[in-house]
Amino acid sequence: MRTTARAKPPTRPSEKGPMEMIRKLTLTALAAFAALAIGQASPVAAQEAEAHIPDIPFSFDGPFGTYDQHQLQRGLQVYTEVCSTCHGMELVPFRTLGDPGGPHLTPEQVKAYAAAFPVNDTASNPQYIDAASGNPRKLLPTDTFPANNSMGAPDMSVLAKARAAFHGPYKLGINQLIHGIGGPQYIVAIVNGYTGKTKDVAGNTVYGNDIFPGGWIRMPPPLTDGQVTFADGSPNDVKHMSEDVAAFLMWAAEPHLNARKHAGFTGVFFVIVLTSLLYLTNKRLWAGVKGKKTA
Amino acid sequence: MAGIPHDHYEPKSGFEKWLHKRLPIVGLFYDTLMIPTPKNLNWLWIWGIVLTFCLALQIVTGIVLAMHYTPQTGLAFASVEHMMRDVNGGYMIRYMHMNGATLFFIAVYVHIFRGLFYGSYKAPREVTWIIGMLIYLAMMATAFMGYVLPWGQMSFWGATVITGLFGAIPGIGPHIQTWLLGGPAVSNATLNRFFSLHYLLPFIIAALVAVHIWAFHTTGNNNPTGVEVRRGSKEEAAKDTVPFWPYFVIKDLFALGVIMTIFFAVVAFMPNYFGSPDNYIMADSLKTPPSIEPEWYFLPFYAILRAFTQDVWIVQLAHFVTFGLVDAKFFGVLAMFGAIAVMALAPWLDTSSVRSGRYRPSFKWWFRLLVFDFLVLMWCGSQFPTALIGWISLIAATYWFAYFLVILPLLGVIEKPLKTPATIEEDFNAHYGAGEAAHPAE
Repeated sequence: MRTTARAKPPTRPSEKGPMEMIRKLTLTALAAFAALAIGQASPVAAQEAEAHIPDIPFSFDGPFGTYDQHQLQRGLQVYTEVCSTCHGMELVPFRTLGDPGGPHLTPEQVKAYAAAFPVNDTASNPQYIDAASGNPRKLLPTDTFPANNSMGAPDMSVLAKARAAFHGPYKLGINQLIHGIGGPQYIVAIVNGYTGKTKDVAGNTVYGNDIFPGGWIRMPPPLTDGQVTFADGSPNDVKHMSEDVAAFLMWAAEPHLNARKHAGFTGVFFVIVLTSLLYLTNKRLWAGVKGKKTA
Repeated sequence: MAGIPHDHYEPKSGFEKWLHKRLPIVGLFYDTLMIPTPKNLNWLWIWGIVLTFCLALQIVTGIVLAMHYTPQTGLAFASVEHMMRDVNGGYMIRYMHMNGATLFFIAVYVHIFRGLFYGSYKAPREVTWIIGMLIYLAMMATAFMGYVLPWGQMSFWGATVITGLFGAIPGIGPHIQTWLLGGPAVSNATLNRFFSLHYLLPFIIAALVAVHIWAFHTTGNNNPTGVEVRRGSKEEAAKDTVPFWPYFVIKDLFALGVIMTIFFAVVAFMPNYFGSPDNYIMADSLKTPPSIEPEWYFLPFYAILRAFTQDVWIVQLAHFVTFGLVDAKFFGVLAMFGAIAVMALAPWLDTSSVRSGRYRPSFKWWFRLLVFDFLVLMWCGSQFPTALIGWISLIAATYWFAYFLVILPLLGVIEKPLKTPATIEEDFNAHYGAGEAAHPAE
């Protein structure tokens, strides 16, 4: 069919053929993307130069990344034994600890973990009490990790999504396209960012931290090497524990990440198939309107 | 309904004739779908379909979200998290709604700038343009109120700052602000009315979209040459046009497919990229975030708002001649709304006899500068307001106004446009050769 050249050379090379149109569309999309990237900016640190936050690779990075179940379980242990002393997690239901794509504990383990958070006020919360065993709580579907704001520590339910890193360059947000938003990396950086200095501010001790905006944070260094012992003998220095707990907090903030990415691949695949068919239909349809390529 | 002569719907079967006498609804759909459309439309004309799709997507996902949302300050944040965790597929619906707003605004900006370049706003399409601007304003109001609903820190403080703009109006401003908020500050009453209006406005937008389409179906589409379709006879018109169905429906759906591929990838793999992490912190009226900034699609106008500070001479002049009535804050508000108003006035500010920017050699460059200017303003809006950012914003804001108020009127007089093609057919054949329906190629 395509034996001879078109009747007249195109005056504008940009409207040569379908490939060119795709190129044009792609360029439009890219331009729109670039425009948007410009709109991205720092939510946390505004005026001061952002501290350098190392990009720690996590198993859930990128379109193909998923949670590492064992890391989430270790992180849960760190949260339970250390963080929960001051930080609540009131939006995360205990039952989700057993969900696939998360720490995926057995029902017995979920119950055992929930028991680590006894109901203190049994008089006004009788529905939580398991009559058989006394205080350890009976798991209701709506039963969540407790809130805890006694020390003014932020709730950790969505903390990993409420923090960010990699805003650059010039706060254009392009680094976030490559490295991700950086919430878990920010958490790891904070835990490892203590300078060892302390000072008193209005009767409170604050601790020097290179990452925290302003350089001083009220939270004392939360982890020490060997503080938590993992059953599987995984390394329990501060660096490894902070990564484990950051991964766990990302799961707490985004429990359906695995399912979402999976759905994304299915969705994108089918839309590509549909789009390809539409491309061929469109080409065929317009062939009669545009000049016939055979003379 | 269309001004371009074409075949109208003829009821054939007995039932069709019966219905047509009583309600010519099939004819309405037929004439809308079969409207003669200039056959030389390029890929910048696909965004109308994308926008219609966005509106439908936002309404459908929004209705489902509203089934699970609680508009109460103590419960709103948790109810959104409940959708993300417990509602089947809720995280997908919410992320589509969140990123749907972003796609909606990408599409509307490309659509607007396409209109600005090809002179789609010029006579006889002024009404289409004005309605489009009303849709854009309604979109901004809807997006703003929708952003308040998750009741995060940016929701709360964004609402405080934006309603504060109305408080800058001299005299009645504070009363308007109180009336909008339902009290002295952003509160439960504010959240309730914003939820109600966020649900209402999309349907007003849908009605405006229908009028928008009605208006340009009456005048006919503009096209990249800006030359009108010949209307002498049905045959003549047919040389310049093809029916919307199937030619442009399929073409637009293909383009929509490409965009959907990117959209679904963003929703599934980087759903929070366009959002502010601060909005995952529950609203706290006692804790001001270090930087309050609007969503990306408001940034250019936010930059204009901030550009006019007390030390700008025109602000001081306005302050002086109005005996202090117009202060820097109110001037900024006027500038921000003025920036949209001058855009709406483009049909009367552009004096050129040539419609399409393709045949206007100097206009092309001023227009490209305007697009660049828009991106610069967007960047400025996201930055912490230092002196340097202030200066860049001021220059960029000045160019925005100069483009509409000075360059467009003057350019029509001084510019010598290129020769436009005599007909759409001539332009089309020059690029693609004549089709089988038309004359053989020379």
